[in-house]
Amino acid sequence: MSAAISTNGAPRDADSVPRVPIVPVKGPPRAPPQLAAEGIAKSFGSLVVLEDVSLTLPPGTFHALLGENGAGKSTLVKCIMGYQPADAGRILIDGAPVKIESTRAAQAHGIGMVYQHFTLVPNMTVAENLVMARADVPLVIDWNKEREGLRAFMAGMPFQIDPSRVVRSLAAGERQKLEILKQLYLGNRILILDEPTSVLTPSEADEVLGMLRAMAHAREISILMITHKFREVTSFADEVTVLRRGRVAGQGLVKDLTTADMASMMVGGEVPRASSSRAELELGDVRLSLHDIRAVDDRGIGVLDGISLQVKAGEIVGIAGVSGNGQDELLEVIAGQRELAGGEMRVNGVRYTATREETRTAKMRCLPEEPLRNACVSNMSVSENIGFRGYDRPPFTLWGWLVRRDALRRHAAECVSAFKIKTPSVDTAMARLSGGNVQRSVLARELQGEPRVLVVANPCFGLDFAAVAFIRTRLLEARNSGVAVLLISADLDEIFALSDRILVISGGRMVYETPIASAEVATIGKHMAGHG
Amino acid sequence: MMSAIDPVADVTGIGVWGVPLAVASGAVRIGTPFLFVSLGECLTEKSGRVNLGLEGTLVMGAMSAYAISYYSGSAWLGVLVAGLVGSVLGALHGWLCSLPRVNDVAIGIALISLGTGLAFFLGKPFIQPSATKLPAIDLGFWSSSPEVRSALQINALFVVGLLLAPAIAFLLARTRWGLVLRTVGESSDAARSMGYRVNTVRAIATTCGGFLAGVAGSFLSLFYPGSWNERLSSGQGLMAVALVIFAQWNPVRCLWAALLFGASSALGPALQSVGVSSGYQLFNAVPYVLTLGIMIATSSASRRLPGQPAELTVAR
Repeated sequence: MSAAISTNGAPRDADSVPRVPIVPVKGPPRAPPQLAAEGIAKSFGSLVVLEDVSLTLPPGTFHALLGENGAGKSTLVKCIMGYQPADAGRILIDGAPVKIESTRAAQAHGIGMVYQHFTLVPNMTVAENLVMARADVPLVIDWNKEREGLRAFMAGMPFQIDPSRVVRSLAAGERQKLEILKQLYLGNRILILDEPTSVLTPSEADEVLGMLRAMAHAREISILMITHKFREVTSFADEVTVLRRGRVAGQGLVKDLTTADMASMMVGGEVPRASSSRAELELGDVRLSLHDIRAVDDRGIGVLDGISLQVKAGEIVGIAGVSGNGQDELLEVIAGQRELAGGEMRVNGVRYTATREETRTAKMRCLPEEPLRNACVSNMSVSENIGFRGYDRPPFTLWGWLVRRDALRRHAAECVSAFKIKTPSVDTAMARLSGGNVQRSVLARELQGEPRVLVVANPCFGLDFAAVAFIRTRLLEARNSGVAVLLISADLDEIFALSDRILVISGGRMVYETPIASAEVATIGKHMAGHG
Repeated sequence: MMSAIDPVADVTGIGVWGVPLAVASGAVRIGTPFLFVSLGECLTEKSGRVNLGLEGTLVMGAMSAYAISYYSGSAWLGVLVAGLVGSVLGALHGWLCSLPRVNDVAIGIALISLGTGLAFFLGKPFIQPSATKLPAIDLGFWSSSPEVRSALQINALFVVGLLLAPAIAFLLARTRWGLVLRTVGESSDAARSMGYRVNTVRAIATTCGGFLAGVAGSFLSLFYPGSWNERLSSGQGLMAVALVIFAQWNPVRCLWAALLFGASSALGPALQSVGVSSGYQLFNAVPYVLTLGIMIATSSASRRLPGQPAELTVAR
């Protein structure tokens, strides 16, 4: 009892580090300390994630941390932040070894992290979120005084956000800026950023990164940024560390390295590329047609505001946009997971409401993002998951109702070899496969039986080069064989690499359309940001 | 047994005016336990957990308050002990739910059985004897009518609840503890990234919620109806969950909601007292129908309720 309730009823700190009152950045900036990691090693059971990794972040530098998924970038950063202890190695601040055992301890040393997944509380205001993050929140909060302090703080920053706004109402770009502001507000001088631009438009990304670089070069902060975008490394970072399979595969000044150098360091040799190209095709008839689609989100607020589009046989139509502009809901509507508030869908000219029967006869297939969560039953086996489209009819049933497991397993085995799915067996639970292999399994399921329409969302998110090349090849092959493909992606490079025609979604509307031949990144970026 | 403070017994003397008077005083009398349980549940749910076990806590609180008051002669000591017993049950819930892969709803249902079962077992000897009751504040002193005087006997606990609702609202909006609690209830990831211990915060919130539910139970046995027996609670602990949803997780709205539930419960007896006795059972069902109606009216298949903490198991 007495252990569960502290004497004053307040939750105690997660660690024993004394509370250092952290003053928001004010007055003349002092240079950030130098951060160094030496010989960091980390294993989970028999799996070695990091081995002898060292890097140094001198004051005022912008350091990029490159590597494929699973290379150990996140683990390294978590060790630095005190999220998990390293098995070996040490962290030095200004040359002196320090023990960092919690995020609060990291903060006491002036190290702050901006996470890939936002750590803001959506239902609270900007002011509440900022004040809450502080270690020295007074017991009774004088909001007038706090608001005054926040206004003074914001005035000294390169970008401002109204403290009285509720975070839920902020656009993704504003939230990302707020995450960065939060770290500066806490007085942190070493900022670790985990893929900070994945939710930003190209121009927003440039703005935020340019601002951070300017602050770094003014010796106000130092930056360690995890990324997989070479463009960001070459245009903003001073130094780079490349990780591959938990080891440092390369390190040095960005100006001494080419993109090709860094890519081959990441994969340790030849970089795989999509092996299929767009064949010149006569466009077929309209396969998928959306007319004035409207939908509301879980809070009842309109998110799709009259979407109309058509996809013809043999083309890939790419929908570009900053995530959170209605893409998720659009896919859910097409997949039958979200009710239409208005409008009509037609597939092959026939009205479509996404029942199982319609899906089957229309040969309509769907590959949502995060397929393990959105398109699989993670505790069921690979063969069962691959069989979802057809398990309830011959040849997978006997007498129309008895499911033939042997047929399902045989079919799954064929898919495993055709799609090079790495799995111990077809009876392994889907959840135990890596992201790339889950994606391959779902793709195998969705491409079986000559689909006529294929809707995919962020198909390569979080995958390594080899898996990305494989999946893009399969999508292009499907398109070349006459499938109508609708590609929703937050990755502009992917949109450009695959699409025949590009649409831009912003605020739940299609705001721009262009054939690939005349598409320009700058113009599309402007429409993504909502001012076309 | 209920003669002096029964809302229906004495108001007939002033005719039809007895109905609104009885409903109003019933709203306070029957609403007070609702108020305490719902404030407790509101506090717990704001931290991101549901404690359905408050029904068991309520009954356990009623029994222990009655027993302590009987032995010590001090009703207030009974209230305190009821709160402490409630805290223990709340802490138990909080601790069990801190274990990995434990579902708070399932634990809550188990605690209903545990709380009521334990109370019936330990409470057997206290069904007969009469314990010291909680005193009432006589707000009807100005009136010469005994009906009015009886209806305006307000229990001090109601006054406490009246102050507690805005106090909890203040706690949630303006203090560090409140902000930590809401952060934990809205996003455990965010809370963890700030270095707060999510399970500890939730356990503390559930413990405090348990205290309030225990106090609610003491009101049942020590003021109205004012005795201890196994049919004392009529599901107030569970209806409080619906009430919190109706109040959109706002403590001050919990106050109004509790009074509304209290008033609806008093409607049947009040009408009976002026001679409308047909459909008596039907009028007694009003609070339950109200609960059902509120759940249907406020729920939606496609949207989330405003004010609902995002970490609640039912919200995810």
